[in-house]
Amino acid sequence: MLVLTAIITLTLLAIGFGALLGFAAIRFKMQGNPVVDQIDSLLPQTQCGQCGHPGCRPYAEAIANGEDINKCPPGGEATIQALADLLDVEPMALDAEHGQEKPKQVAVIREDECIGCTKCIQACPVDAILGAAKHMHTVIESECTGCDLCVEPCPVDCIDMVDVEHGLSDWKWTSPDRSMLIATDRSSTEYGRSTNAA
Amino acid sequence: MTAPVSNPNHPKRAVHAFHGGIHPPEHKVDSNQTPIATSPLPPRLIMPLQQHLGKAAKPIVAVGDHVLKGQRIAEADGAISAHVHAPTSGTITAIEDRAIPHPSGLSDRCIEIRTDGEDRWIELEANEHYETLSVEEIRDKVRGAGIAGMGGAGFPTEIKMHPPQQDKVNTLIINAAECEPYITADDRLMRERADELVKGIEIMAYALQPGECLIGIEDNKPEAIEALKRAVGGTRIEVVVVPTKYPSGGEKQLIKLLTDKEVPSGRIPADIGIVCQNVGTAVAVFRAVRFGEPLISRITTLTGDQISRKGNVEVLLGTPIQWLLNQYGYQAGNPERIIVGGPMMGYALNDPDAPVVKTTNCLLAPSAEELPLAEPAQACIRCGLCAEACPAELLPQQLYWFARSQEHEKAEHHNLFDCIECGACSYVCPSAIPLVHYYRHAKSEIKQHRQEQEKSDRARIRFEARQERLEREKQEKEAKRKARAEAAAKAQAAKQAPAAPAKPVETAASAPAQNDPKQAAIEAALARKQSSNQEAEDPEALKTALDKAIAKLDKMLDALEQAKQDNPDQVEKLTRAVEKNQVRVNQARQNYERALASSNTQAANTTAKAPPEPKELPSREQLVTNLEKARAKLEKMSDALEQAQSEQPEQVEKLIRSVEKNRIRVEAAERALAEADKQEDVR
Repeated sequence: MLVLTAIITLTLLAIGFGALLGFAAIRFKMQGNPVVDQIDSLLPQTQCGQCGHPGCRPYAEAIANGEDINKCPPGGEATIQALADLLDVEPMALDAEHGQEKPKQVAVIREDECIGCTKCIQACPVDAILGAAKHMHTVIESECTGCDLCVEPCPVDCIDMVDVEHGLSDWKWTSPDRSMLIATDRSSTEYGRSTNAA
Repeated sequence: MTAPVSNPNHPKRAVHAFHGGIHPPEHKVDSNQTPIATSPLPPRLIMPLQQHLGKAAKPIVAVGDHVLKGQRIAEADGAISAHVHAPTSGTITAIEDRAIPHPSGLSDRCIEIRTDGEDRWIELEANEHYETLSVEEIRDKVRGAGIAGMGGAGFPTEIKMHPPQQDKVNTLIINAAECEPYITADDRLMRERADELVKGIEIMAYALQPGECLIGIEDNKPEAIEALKRAVGGTRIEVVVVPTKYPSGGEKQLIKLLTDKEVPSGRIPADIGIVCQNVGTAVAVFRAVRFGEPLISRITTLTGDQISRKGNVEVLLGTPIQWLLNQYGYQAGNPERIIVGGPMMGYALNDPDAPVVKTTNCLLAPSAEELPLAEPAQACIRCGLCAEACPAELLPQQLYWFARSQEHEKAEHHNLFDCIECGACSYVCPSAIPLVHYYRHAKSEIKQHRQEQEKSDRARIRFEARQERLEREKQEKEAKRKARAEAAAKAQAAKQAPAAPAKPVETAASAPAQNDPKQAAIEAALARKQSSNQEAEDPEALKTALDKAIAKLDKMLDALEQAKQDNPDQVEKLTRAVEKNQVRVNQARQNYERALASSNTQAANTTAKAPPEPKELPSREQLVTNLEKARAKLEKMSDALEQAQSEQPEQVEKLIRSVEKNRIRVEAAERALAEADKQEDVR
């Protein structure tokens, strides 16, 4: 009798918890893969396709499925490091096959040479090129990700990739943590600027 | 935290305390013994367009213009910005990038004025009694005068004269602490112009209507305290003396001292009903409202052992620093060092030709003995002195480790952005670690990262929106195509039902939606053969397509010619393109001629769209069949014409046209055949 009670009790408990879990699985189902979102947010969103995927999100999905994390040249070492931290894997060197890490660039159309063919507009993954057929096109600089996908389709080669200019607005304090083995090696201006004067 | 000490001068007012702080050597007597001098007029003035926080002003003068003293030369751009005025009369000689006083050492856009020595004022609008003006008018005057906070940050003053929306201002605090060593500009200003200062405070109080109005001043300025007490007699303004401790002049620290309130992290004083203004700003507000004078000069302390005539000078904005110092006996030391601001928070000037701006409160030219260069940093010994000194109650040591190892997220969690960069931690550090420099670096890294994140988020949104749009367009096209195909199939079925044509052809014709365009076109052509007696349709579209194709071919040929001269590597590509276009032209011509005679709607649509892939040349057999068919049709037509001529005269004209068309078609078919034969021979 005691054995029977135990069996019945455990069976009921099992059914109860099973039902609870089943309900939870449906009620609290995650939409999509949250890891993909996290990976996607670390990628630079240039949508350049240098990784071999048609955009950053597809690459994020590929990484979630076990692809290497070192195929994103625009993100460079920083992105690889961030991905390695997120996924808890060893950071690896950038895969040179997919390109080199370059300084930030933007596309600039030499406007008097533009013939208005709209090919670059169709190529731009973020709709950062403005124009109409047979009218001059121009790049919205603030929206350009520097992916250079518009350069190749241009029939008259009037698109240049230029390095982003650095000015006062995006000036950064340099790190004081440079290897200075001998104090007297430092120049006087460096002295003044590297510390508070006191 | 120490218990509040009662203030002997104002028994009711208790002065509180803030955490940490240091007592560096003051060096104030070096420069506060002489009255404020007036700097001579320099030959050139350089006015940076950005002397304030926010957006740079926009120039409204051109090179060659003559300007008067006080004339506006650049206009505020947006809400957080300030006008710039000509500090004296003269001629605009340049609007270009010049060295500016900034820790980066970078240049920025400046307006250069060659002074004419006349110092002629523009007409000013004086106002004896500010009470006659509305608050709005006073704010307009302050904005019009281009006043920006003169304590160091340079926030446009007019904005701080708007009471916060949600509630009223409880306390207006005038910051007269001037806690940083060496600087005595506010000290001398209070001693000599206390009346102007008090009137300025009254004007600000009139605009803000605060519950109370306090002047916070350190006890190391007894003469200034005396002068202020005399001047505030009979007003509601209260002078509160606080103990000397660096950095009591920090906005948040002074608020804590005077009201015991703390500004929450990431907020501004206005959020807790407090507005802080500098004494220099108050005087500038007075002069702007009373005399209509814009902000064109300021009081700057010139001090340090390399300057023989130390003291405070009222100097025109835009005066080149090197020139100014030379007037007061400056000898460049070794290493040459001019510090803008005080020794704690100032920065070394990169280019001494940079001008004095609205925020330049001190120019310090110390000798090497007076202010030794920073020693090389040693390892952190975790002594914790920095945490004791930090007035913002942060953990400088932790922040240092995080900043050094680039762990920005952790640094942010440790409230890095509450750091006021006062330098107290660096000052007490026995290992001489440039702590503040690490924090500044980490802050700018984080800010840059935020900007990049924002940009990449925007790029993602745009990319996803584009993908969605393309997908939608594709679907719409697909739906349209299907609808068209169905309609065509129905029409065909209706036509063919009585004629009882071969079944398989009909199914083939109704299925193009599933196949690639080439296949679809072939099927359409087959269907056309089967039902050649269908109603004739408008060949205009095909005609246009043909014209277009010919035009394109011409263009291509031109391009090829040019390429042969200019870039030979393109020739091959272009030759291929020309061939492709030739094929397309032929095809379009055929389609056109075919359609002229008869064709069905679907076929017309398909061919007029000129499928992207070029179709292969029709085989010889096909061409022969075409020709034969065309000839047969021509004969039939000619017969019909003859018949019509005798029986139905009204149809004749129509039939003549048809015959003509058919003749063209026959000719075309012959041509095509001949061409095919030729190509056959070539092969």
